[in-house]
Amino acid sequence: MVCIRATEASTLLGMDHAAAVAADRAVSAGDLSVVVTSVSSDSHTWNLVVLQLVLEELGHRVHNLGACVPDELMVSECARLRPDLIVISSVNGHGRHDGLRLIGKVRGHPELALTPVVIGGKLGIAGPGSDRSRAQLRSAGFDAVFEDGSGLTAFQSFVGQLTASVVR
Amino acid sequence: MSHPTTGSFGDFVTRAQRAGRLVVQPRMGVSDPGAMRSGLLATRDAAATTVGTITLDSYTRMGDNVNAHAALAAGVELNGFPIVAHDVAITRAVLDGVVGADFPVQIRHGSPLPETIVGALIKAGLHATEGGPVSYCLPYSRVPLVDSIPNWARSCDLLAEVRETGVEPHVESFGGCMMGQLCPPGLLVALSVLECMFFRQHGIRSVSLSYAQQTNPDQDTEAVQALRQLAAHWLPDLDWHIVIYTYMGVYPRTPNGATLLLEEAARLAVRTGAARLIVKTVAEGYRIPTFAENIDALETAAAAAERCTTIAGEVADTGIHAEATALIEAVLDLSPDLGTALAIAFRRGYLDVPYCLHPDNASRARSYLDSAGRLQWSSIGSMPIRDVVGHTGSGQLTAAGLLASLSYVERTFDNASLEQEYRAAPAGEVPATPPPRSDELTKEQSR
Repeated sequence: MVCIRATEASTLLGMDHAAAVAADRAVSAGDLSVVVTSVSSDSHTWNLVVLQLVLEELGHRVHNLGACVPDELMVSECARLRPDLIVISSVNGHGRHDGLRLIGKVRGHPELALTPVVIGGKLGIAGPGSDRSRAQLRSAGFDAVFEDGSGLTAFQSFVGQLTASVVR
Repeated sequence: MSHPTTGSFGDFVTRAQRAGRLVVQPRMGVSDPGAMRSGLLATRDAAATTVGTITLDSYTRMGDNVNAHAALAAGVELNGFPIVAHDVAITRAVLDGVVGADFPVQIRHGSPLPETIVGALIKAGLHATEGGPVSYCLPYSRVPLVDSIPNWARSCDLLAEVRETGVEPHVESFGGCMMGQLCPPGLLVALSVLECMFFRQHGIRSVSLSYAQQTNPDQDTEAVQALRQLAAHWLPDLDWHIVIYTYMGVYPRTPNGATLLLEEAARLAVRTGAARLIVKTVAEGYRIPTFAENIDALETAAAAAERCTTIAGEVADTGIHAEATALIEAVLDLSPDLGTALAIAFRRGYLDVPYCLHPDNASRARSYLDSAGRLQWSSIGSMPIRDVVGHTGSGQLTAAGLLASLSYVERTFDNASLEQEYRAAPAGEVPATPPPRSDELTKEQSR
């Protein structure tokens, strides 16, 4: 497994550096409560560390669940924290598979039926997936899918819209 | 149980070092036994002094042998060799006539709970592995340290029993790698030493201390020299050697940049008197390497080591030795039992790995790259190194700054590669986009 980790470290988030620079400048008053998490099979964490910083720089509060989060732990922590947004990031190539399983469990919990949930990273083993794969994840219950190479801007703009729409 | 022809891993490396040859080693693992055997044979036959590696798959690493079995049954290819799921006769057949006193094979796995894996490798006639109760627990799992530590203790005890069969078992600490990047060297050195002391407490007499190439060659040289001095001081009664890991962070994507970085690692090993080098390949930046790419990397590294005759003299002391000493002594003061001491040390934040999200890590320490590409602390949390480190407070990294730091080595070596191409190109054939100047890079990385 060591070789996989090293290989996939090459693309931390499926986002390019230029896009991340923009994150630095985009300061807004956020104040969403956000859970950032990996999936059960994924031991990578640099992607989670960077996402936490991106969200904190937008003014949001982040609860980072870390690596290899079992489905049940993720659901129970989210039910306890009742966040405004759940961000699932996976870069080991099993994200699509794990995500499809996980979202059913999230949506099955009464507290989390309507919570915005997004997924992103390197979701398949053969590079960015097809439109069909994204549509599949959307129809399974994800509010947005951000794949390798789509950059941070789309994610930031999603979070921005969410910030504006949450009545506090 | 017999260990017919398998010589000890530590002996082999020591003999090579005495003969002035750097031992080079790949990371390599596939689920198909025939292919695994071919990979070992190719490693053995490379034009280099090599030891073999069997890297295990992620199901086995996670202890999920049910899924490993299912994958084998379904003919699904795994990302490593499932040594627990495979019948022991299969593993023995892979090794038969390949492994021996002149070609030891090490199991590399990544597991925080390796007892079952260690049991399987012993049954297969092997006796060398790597990892550690901290280094394979904190960065890649959420297993509590209080579970990982006793499991590693039992694994070492089990491995130590192999000595009765006439061969000296060997364990390498992965402590010199923590998170792959952005961990300042003092902590890497301390963890390598502490884990090897833990192995010794559980009966292991032959160990290796690791150090992963970081971001600045002078800082790396100072770190490995400190590691040698501390190993000599704290492990005087053991057979030990130092193993260098070629850069473990975001890897250059140009073949030339990747090769330059590997050669730099080989030179680091030679000039610091390290005995062994784990290589990376030109494919590292984007996929799992093929056997052929691995063999190329072994031969490239061996040739670079051969060409390098410089043995480093005294390097400027920036305090790595003192920092590591302070950390080691603080941990040893906590309990005579190393396992207990390590658990308390993390609970109190005396050891604190920057950017590590594991629930048992205090996560108050932070690091950054300075304008010379040296790793520095921006916050030491509760680690007892204030006297050594002095004032910190360069501010927290932004997301953009963190991404720039994580890709610093990739950019430096890819740009060096592009610059070589640019200079080599005949007039009128210059690449469309000239590489950025080095001062521009410096600005970017220090942001």
